[in-house]
Amino acid sequence: MTEAWLEPAAWLIILPLAWASVAFLAGPGRGARLAILALVAQLGLALELAADLTQRGARMHAVGGWGAPLGIDLMADGLSAVMLLLTQAVALPIAVYAQAYFAETHHRHAATWFWPLAGFLLAAMNALFLSADLFNLYVTLELLGLAAVGLVAVGGGTAQITAALRYLLVSLLASGGYLLGVALLYGAYGTVSMTTLAPLAVGQTPLAVWIAAGLMLVGLLAKTALLPFHFWLPPAHGGAPAPVSALLSALVVKASFYLVLRLALGPFAMMTGTAAGLIGVLGASAILWGAWQALRAQRLKQLVAWSTVAQLGYLFLIFPLLAADGLALQAGALQVVAHGLAKAALFAAAGVLMRATGRDTVEGLAGVAGRVPLTLFAFGLAGVSIMGLPPSAGFLAKWLLIDAALKQGQWGWIVVIIVGSLLAAGYIFRVLRQAFLLAPEDSHFQPVPRRLEWVAFVLAAASVLLGLRGAELVALLGVGS
Amino acid sequence: MTVNEMLPLAVIASSLLPGMVIFALPEARVGLRSVLNLLGAMSKLVFVILLLEGVARGEVYGFRHTVLPGLDLVFKADALALLFVTLSTVLWLFTTIYAIGYLEGSPHRSRFFGFFSLCVTATVGLAMAGNLFTFFVFYELLTLSTFPLVVHRGTPQAMRGGTVYLAYTLAGGALLLTGIVWLHGLMGQVDFVHGGSVAALGPQATAQIKVVFLLLIAGVGVKAALVPLHGWLPQAMVAPAPVSALLHAVAVVKAGAFGIVRIVYEVYGVEYAQSLGLLKPLAIAAAVTIVWGSLRALTQDDLKKRLAYSTVSQVSYIALGVALFGPVGTIGGLAHLVHQGIMKITLFFAAGNYAETLGVHKVSELDGAGRRMPLTSAAFTIAAFGMIGVAPTAGYVSKWYLGEGALAAGMDWVVAVLWTSSLLNAAYFLPILYRLWFRPPPAAWPAEHIPARGWRETGWLLLAPPLITAAAVLVTGLFAEAGWSPLAWAKLIAAREYLQ
Repeated sequence: MTEAWLEPAAWLIILPLAWASVAFLAGPGRGARLAILALVAQLGLALELAADLTQRGARMHAVGGWGAPLGIDLMADGLSAVMLLLTQAVALPIAVYAQAYFAETHHRHAATWFWPLAGFLLAAMNALFLSADLFNLYVTLELLGLAAVGLVAVGGGTAQITAALRYLLVSLLASGGYLLGVALLYGAYGTVSMTTLAPLAVGQTPLAVWIAAGLMLVGLLAKTALLPFHFWLPPAHGGAPAPVSALLSALVVKASFYLVLRLALGPFAMMTGTAAGLIGVLGASAILWGAWQALRAQRLKQLVAWSTVAQLGYLFLIFPLLAADGLALQAGALQVVAHGLAKAALFAAAGVLMRATGRDTVEGLAGVAGRVPLTLFAFGLAGVSIMGLPPSAGFLAKWLLIDAALKQGQWGWIVVIIVGSLLAAGYIFRVLRQAFLLAPEDSHFQPVPRRLEWVAFVLAAASVLLGLRGAELVALLGVGS
Repeated sequence: MTVNEMLPLAVIASSLLPGMVIFALPEARVGLRSVLNLLGAMSKLVFVILLLEGVARGEVYGFRHTVLPGLDLVFKADALALLFVTLSTVLWLFTTIYAIGYLEGSPHRSRFFGFFSLCVTATVGLAMAGNLFTFFVFYELLTLSTFPLVVHRGTPQAMRGGTVYLAYTLAGGALLLTGIVWLHGLMGQVDFVHGGSVAALGPQATAQIKVVFLLLIAGVGVKAALVPLHGWLPQAMVAPAPVSALLHAVAVVKAGAFGIVRIVYEVYGVEYAQSLGLLKPLAIAAAVTIVWGSLRALTQDDLKKRLAYSTVSQVSYIALGVALFGPVGTIGGLAHLVHQGIMKITLFFAAGNYAETLGVHKVSELDGAGRRMPLTSAAFTIAAFGMIGVAPTAGYVSKWYLGEGALAAGMDWVVAVLWTSSLLNAAYFLPILYRLWFRPPPAAWPAEHIPARGWRETGWLLLAPPLITAAAVLVTGLFAEAGWSPLAWAKLIAAREYLQ
């Protein structure tokens, strides 16, 4: 047994809180260096936790020695470990990226706020993945939402503030709905612990619980930007500075999805058949509509943001397919990880491309392939995962989804998955072919720090190479489920 | 890891690693880049020779890596894989030499050679794939790595060609994936084994099995340019000549044809496919493609476009050989996989030489080019006779076996198709030869880039590859009965496929 003070789970929450506070006091220069160092440690902690879980199974940790109902329990199983690993694995390169990105003087103001907010964001997210009761989850969800809204606003432009306010409104309403649902559940069963609730709601489900489920799910779906609640995402993710967009699109929306998945696997296991089918249909519509909008987007980051709307849709296809064989669950987890890495890479690359061309339109990319080839290669690699082509992790996710749909004879989803992939190829290659065009006579490109290019490349390569290690990820996912 | 596991991986790595380094090289490092390219190509050749020798002895080479539970990346270097690997390795070497000469002084060469290496990596990976999943992985990698080559010039026309290419190949990939996952759902992993494994599913799955066959063949049929899935190939001829050589002879269309071979022989098993009645439709599709491609080639004035339609027609000889039930047809189809490669690459090298040296792109501009460039034109002539099927070229050998195979299988109409095709081939190649050798040259060439110096009609990097491959067209035809010929290897494979 590890000593309590060495428990990696607790430190994964304490560390980011600590560096966020110090960064606020010490300013962006030292704050950034501290954050990067701390993130290296966090990644190590997440790895240690994963290794520990694989050896000894899922576990509960009582913070400070006080267990529930008095204290706070931290709960970690395979699914949490996967999410924690992804979070730290994306946050570390993005921090390295952000340090260089915000180094220019006109970004000083944004940098002042970026580091503290990013720290709080990560602390809230790590806490969310480690919480096992619905009320603690509410607290982390609310913190996460506020930090995310703050990050959208760090750029300080009018459009960004508008997008942030809209995001804030959605986020608050959604959390409110979620909290109301939790209250109803508490009224019905007298507990908010997921493990205790799980067997209760399965038999005879009272009406209050159905209403609670409805409220909580709608709130969470709005936070995950599932169609038709997606309207806030493209302006918020498309307008924020590149490192912020990367964190939001790769990680933040996954946190609320994770919660939906937890609920569907635990307390709301009764939610099968029509309800699950409806969520699947929404996911399918998101895949098609998001990809269609990405195909038409004029601005590069809007295109990438709409791609997020589409890719999130794949996550919701798993609900009608959840079954004892675990295929759909594995597909969901792989898609979360693959999209997280690939989308972070796409936004990082988009940031480089915009800086190199000095413009933010897709059209303005003509000829950029010759100037930042590494970035373009990164964009293409990440695109491989987004399109779901082999050998990427995104491909394995789609393979498992199709496999699950075939096994259950639900043919319709397969068509959506395939068409979605082809549409994704459409918008990814739209960017690539524009970049491959000959540069117009009057174009002049700005130099870009090499570090920004390398971060995009590393993230993209990770999303592709992970496809060769899917077996390990699935094994980790299986711990405690 | 044993040596027998490592050799197939070494074949893949010998182009993958140099490719990765080349991507990172600055544009100006011409010397280092060429050294890396040639080093990769030569070491791959050495590994392949080791494999060939081992497989002829009866050694088994393979490697397996689990990606997901129940889903493995499998490589196996069997006789069939090596037929294709050897072809692409040898031709890659010549194409690299040619490309170094062809692209001298043009921009973005690091990018070009990086993707060039990736492309051949995908091809050998696909050739050595040991199951459908692995095949698919490299099939898609091939699509992705050839796209930047097709659009390399960055002109709007190149972009259009590239977009059409992607639309066809990605849609084909989607069909292939659906078929593979379907089959996977029915019977778990589908490893390639002699005699196939689908027959084990029994009669109640017959209907599904037929649909899956259609999906799989349509998926690989796009790259094999089976009519009506061939529309991308003539569009893709906007690519630089070495890329066309790669697309038509070494990699892409061959990957499709090779896929048909694997699916029929080692997934379904030729006897089971025959018993389901799947081979006849395939033979008809191939026959239609052979005639249609030749008819379209007749009217093309653009030289590369004429050659492209000729590829549409010629590659389907392979599919036809597969669809002829019986070992003789199989031998013809497999031998043609190699024969078509060396003949077509010679033609594209020559076409590239005319364009690069004289600025000639059209058939109508070729008058008298034989006097200005006798060596290139001689190579072109040999390869064209091969395509028509004149003895003693390689093309004659393939057509002979295909005809015999058709008679043995009782499909006499195929012989008529072969005759029609030969006549059409003559009809679109002989006028070119007439212009080359018997028409007087014009007063001035459209754009003479490279002046003649003595017997050297163009740069020697451009001249050597077509001369060597043209010689190979003759040698493989003349010595078809020798133990090391492609024909002999095809016989070895056919013996293993039918005796199981």
